[in-house]
Amino acid sequence: MFDDYTLTELTSIFAMQGFSGLILFSIFLLMALGLAIIFGQMGVINMAHGEFMILGAYVTYLTSTLFETYLPGLFASYFFFAMIFAFFVTALLGAFVEWSMIRHLYRRPLDTLLATWGLSLILQQTYRSIFGAREVGVTLPDWLMGSFQLTELVEVPVNGVFVMILTLFIALAIFFLMFKSTWGKQVRAVTQNRSMASAVGINTEKVDRLTFALGCGIAGVAGSAFTMIGSTGPTAGQLYIVDTFLVVVFGGAASLLGTIASAFSISQAQSTLEFFLSGSMAKVITLLVVVGILMLRPQGLFTLKVRS
Amino acid sequence: MLFDPMKKLMPSDNKKRGRNVLKNIAALTILTSSTFAFAAQVNTTGLAVTDDVVKVGILHSVTGTMAISETGSVQAEKLAIEQINASGGVLGRKIEFIQEDGASDWPTFAEKSKKLLVKDKVAAVFGCWTSASRKAVLPIFEQYNGMLYYPTFYEGLEQSPNVIYTGQEATQQILAGIDWVVKEKKAKKFFLLGSDYIWPRTSNKIARKHIEKLGLKVVGEEYYPLGHTQFNSVINKIKLKRPDVIYAIVVGGSNVAFYKQLKAAGINLTKEKPTLLTISVTEDEILGIGGENIEGAYAAMKYFQSLGNQNNQEFVKAFKKRWGNDIVIGDVTQAAYLGPWLWKAAVEKAGSFDIDKIRAASPGIELKSAPEGYVRIHKNHHLWSKTRIGKANRNGQYTVVYETADLMEPDPFPKGYQ
Repeated sequence: MFDDYTLTELTSIFAMQGFSGLILFSIFLLMALGLAIIFGQMGVINMAHGEFMILGAYVTYLTSTLFETYLPGLFASYFFFAMIFAFFVTALLGAFVEWSMIRHLYRRPLDTLLATWGLSLILQQTYRSIFGAREVGVTLPDWLMGSFQLTELVEVPVNGVFVMILTLFIALAIFFLMFKSTWGKQVRAVTQNRSMASAVGINTEKVDRLTFALGCGIAGVAGSAFTMIGSTGPTAGQLYIVDTFLVVVFGGAASLLGTIASAFSISQAQSTLEFFLSGSMAKVITLLVVVGILMLRPQGLFTLKVRS
Repeated sequence: MLFDPMKKLMPSDNKKRGRNVLKNIAALTILTSSTFAFAAQVNTTGLAVTDDVVKVGILHSVTGTMAISETGSVQAEKLAIEQINASGGVLGRKIEFIQEDGASDWPTFAEKSKKLLVKDKVAAVFGCWTSASRKAVLPIFEQYNGMLYYPTFYEGLEQSPNVIYTGQEATQQILAGIDWVVKEKKAKKFFLLGSDYIWPRTSNKIARKHIEKLGLKVVGEEYYPLGHTQFNSVINKIKLKRPDVIYAIVVGGSNVAFYKQLKAAGINLTKEKPTLLTISVTEDEILGIGGENIEGAYAAMKYFQSLGNQNNQEFVKAFKKRWGNDIVIGDVTQAAYLGPWLWKAAVEKAGSFDIDKIRAASPGIELKSAPEGYVRIHKNHHLWSKTRIGKANRNGQYTVVYETADLMEPDPFPKGYQ
């Protein structure tokens, strides 16, 4: 397939393909980070993760309309505000859901699956009632839709680079929160042994609520960022949920490092295979390999010892 | 009055008109002597037809993933029914509709269609959108002898006595589009792309055959799962293969991802290097994609909202008045709007609501009031219609740049293309 091309052309294509892989990695990681916190640290199977992401996307849509109408001068930079709004709105909804529903189910992890699935249906129908069944178009500032021309042939999409930087920033922030802050210590303590953590004076209820809200907030930011590459509709969240769970489960549920490793390997495999095979075959092979590895290593790539 | 379809629907030749007048006089005499006989006369198979009301069904998804697409069809069908009622109904009867929700789930479609036909005994059903839902209800319509008016452009390879297909079948959309791009854009190399299910695959098969018949080259053919959101790899592949035309049949949420990523990857469609030709993006889809992301792409369909003819201007005005000013109207929405009108014309031509008589009366029925201009039912139950090429502009509308001189003959089983 490469006979008719010069060396420069081939190098350029492979460079761009490398970037595509990295961008896909960032997207997978961004999708999965919120879930990794909720599923990994709290053991809650949050089927409504995709709907939290779409809430972030809708907040972005509302912010863009708001800026277009009232602050057209600041439109170029509305996206940053939108992400901040998206974080707080979804985190707030997350905290409310935790208080009203999830906290009653901590001892029944499988029931959280059903409950959050129901929640996802409720949210979908709510979006449909408010925003209509059709997808909404989020207008993006022009600078986000262009591409960097590195050489004559190599072009890198700006929004891809934007997602990469955002993912890096969020991943660092989470690592700092989890491993350097007092709150992170409390979260990890609750994960490892809830009753003991409670006995030494940690307010486990508060920790749970904040953890869940943080996970949802990150989902909201991810959803906001994905308006650049995907669609915003009531059921668009469903497009992400399978990949998200795949990344988290493959990485080893309780390990953030595992999530990163798994996002990297799945995205690279998929992106490379997509280039040489067709899209559907690439997906089939990726899934087969993941299933194969999980059969040999059911706990995922990385594991954390947790008292059960 | 916004729209006066009665006038336009009157059969054109005087002989028919004369017959209708006679029939009306006959009907009036029966009406005065015994109303019961009147209802029984036009309805010998026990459909839900009384002396002043006829019941029909609307069967689309208003919940689930397909609600995005099917909402427009529901609105169009309701508008058509309201307009028909305002102009006197069908054979003097007001149409009442029973709406059921297929919920984007094919078994649900089957169950609801059975309910409409067996329990409600509706005289016709306007509905279904995806081929999968149509295939699910087809055996039920054939078993209980119902009549379905199906609005979506689709892959062909079907011809049921119980379905009237008001959208285009694949060859009508594809052949004219490819001929145009070859002639006008001097295209030689094509890259075929689609979502991975029956419609894009069958359509691309026809496209490939046609391209190869013209002695031109297909440099790539790719399918991605429904709902796929990452197109960077295939975009790189397109850059590597340097086709003159990207022939894209991507559907649903994937569409949004594809066009946004295409633009972000530096492929500016307005430069037409390569030219993008699609048969799956109507004005409805552009709402989600954003006009600025698809500006410059071409679409081959039978209807665009921007068509300038008198019928269409009245239709768009009426549609916006009924459903809101911001609404857009895509190809399928217009095809759905034709359903009730074609049914009304068939009932009036047959002088009966009986399904068998409607079926016999349908071929040859023409609709001069169609927003797309003029359509006629072929004996294979599909519509003769023109195909147009539209160029997407920034406002989310298509500018029509070409239309076929003649009506395209529907050919659901194209020889040499399978």
